[in-house]
Amino acid sequence: MIDLQGFGALLFAGTQVTLQLALAALVVGLILGLLGATAKLSEHAPVRLLGNGYSTLVRGLPEFLVVLTFYFGATDILMAVASTLFGYDGYIEVSAFAAGTTALGFIFGAYASELFRGAIISIPGGQAEAARALGMTKRQTFFRITLPQVWRIALPGLGNLFMILMKDTALISVVGLEELMRVTAFAVGRTKEPFTLYLTAAVIYLLLTSIASLGLRYLEKRAALGVREALS
Amino acid sequence: MTWVAFLEMLPKLASGAVLTLELLFLSACVGLFLAVPLALARVSKRWWLSLIPRTYIFFFRGTPLLVQLFLVYYGLGQFEAVRESFVWPVLRDAFWCAAITFSLHTAAYISEILRGAIQAVPVGEIEAARAIGMRFHQVYISVILPRAFRMALPAYGNEIILMLKASALASTITLMDLTGTAKTISSINYMPVETFVTAGAFYLAITYVLTHVIRFLERHLHPDRKEPVMIVG
Repeated sequence: MIDLQGFGALLFAGTQVTLQLALAALVVGLILGLLGATAKLSEHAPVRLLGNGYSTLVRGLPEFLVVLTFYFGATDILMAVASTLFGYDGYIEVSAFAAGTTALGFIFGAYASELFRGAIISIPGGQAEAARALGMTKRQTFFRITLPQVWRIALPGLGNLFMILMKDTALISVVGLEELMRVTAFAVGRTKEPFTLYLTAAVIYLLLTSIASLGLRYLEKRAALGVREALS
Repeated sequence: MTWVAFLEMLPKLASGAVLTLELLFLSACVGLFLAVPLALARVSKRWWLSLIPRTYIFFFRGTPLLVQLFLVYYGLGQFEAVRESFVWPVLRDAFWCAAITFSLHTAAYISEILRGAIQAVPVGEIEAARAIGMRFHQVYISVILPRAFRMALPAYGNEIILMLKASALASTITLMDLTGTAKTISSINYMPVETFVTAGAFYLAITYVLTHVIRFLERHLHPDRKEPVMIVG
């Protein structure tokens, strides 16, 4: 067993922050992804343009650059908004966790919106028509008929995105959040054993991604319960 | 933003873009070179031979690139043997550390792409090659690999673009690539949003050019898919 020189507890605490960050960003990302997909399928051209512009732009930019922009820019943007809208001229500080969650969620949402769009249009239009004919409102149709199926179809893709998201949480260490990478760097500064510690961090990330992939396999099986398979 | 500040940052960002492109070009070439033996071992029917690439791919795809980069840049110096060996001048240099890490990282992804392509080569073509008396390695060199490369090209193009974006991490080990330059500029002019957005425009421009180069290559390598010449008359 490798000797962590008493930094095991610190690494564990960092892993917890990493998980919190990944899950919080997942929630933000799923919401933004659904909104983005709805915008892309909107009847109004300007809304479509907004949705397409969002995913095209964000998918073309390095994740790290987006994170930096959010962290260093969030204060500027929020202060500009606060002073023009509310006349508030004080200093606003954005926490690393908040900036990290928004940045990672923003990136996740851009990719997820493409997945959701594809899933929504793959559902036969007759189903929504039937639901409407039964008297469901548009909102009911979306939540009862479309969304459960979208979930099943988009799940494998979302799983991949979540794996990428877990690994991208390491980027937030650069803006000072005390997650796994950051605490590892701290321990490295004390022990002067960078290889041992970064390798430990790598193994922890491997564990996290492996557990996530097992969980996804379970979710995929569960979501496909009612689906008939011709070949199996 | 004043136009002066904007015009001042352009040449600096352009020189950062050159470094980004150097890293990208190196890792795309070396990565492809490493990926071929990895993919060949991966499709092997001998389990112990395919275990090596499996483990390699599992590690490089399951951990963040940042960890890999730090392992190479900070980690290797932990060992006395490395510090006293002849490779130390290379491993001490941030540029080469980034180039090595990116190459190893992208090789894992490219080898999976190649594996998919190799497995997608129609069985009939391989049987035909065997039937006319080609040896096993001949089948690989003149039938399977050329076919596989052609099929893998679009996915390889995607991987290059992903690598372009991932290369922004080079700035975390002191390199002055596009992102590193933008970070330095923004700490001088106090305009983070404007500076990062301009850097983002550089990335988008590079992506745009790369997609067109790959599309051109694709058309070039698939002469059969060329659109028929319309005869007007």
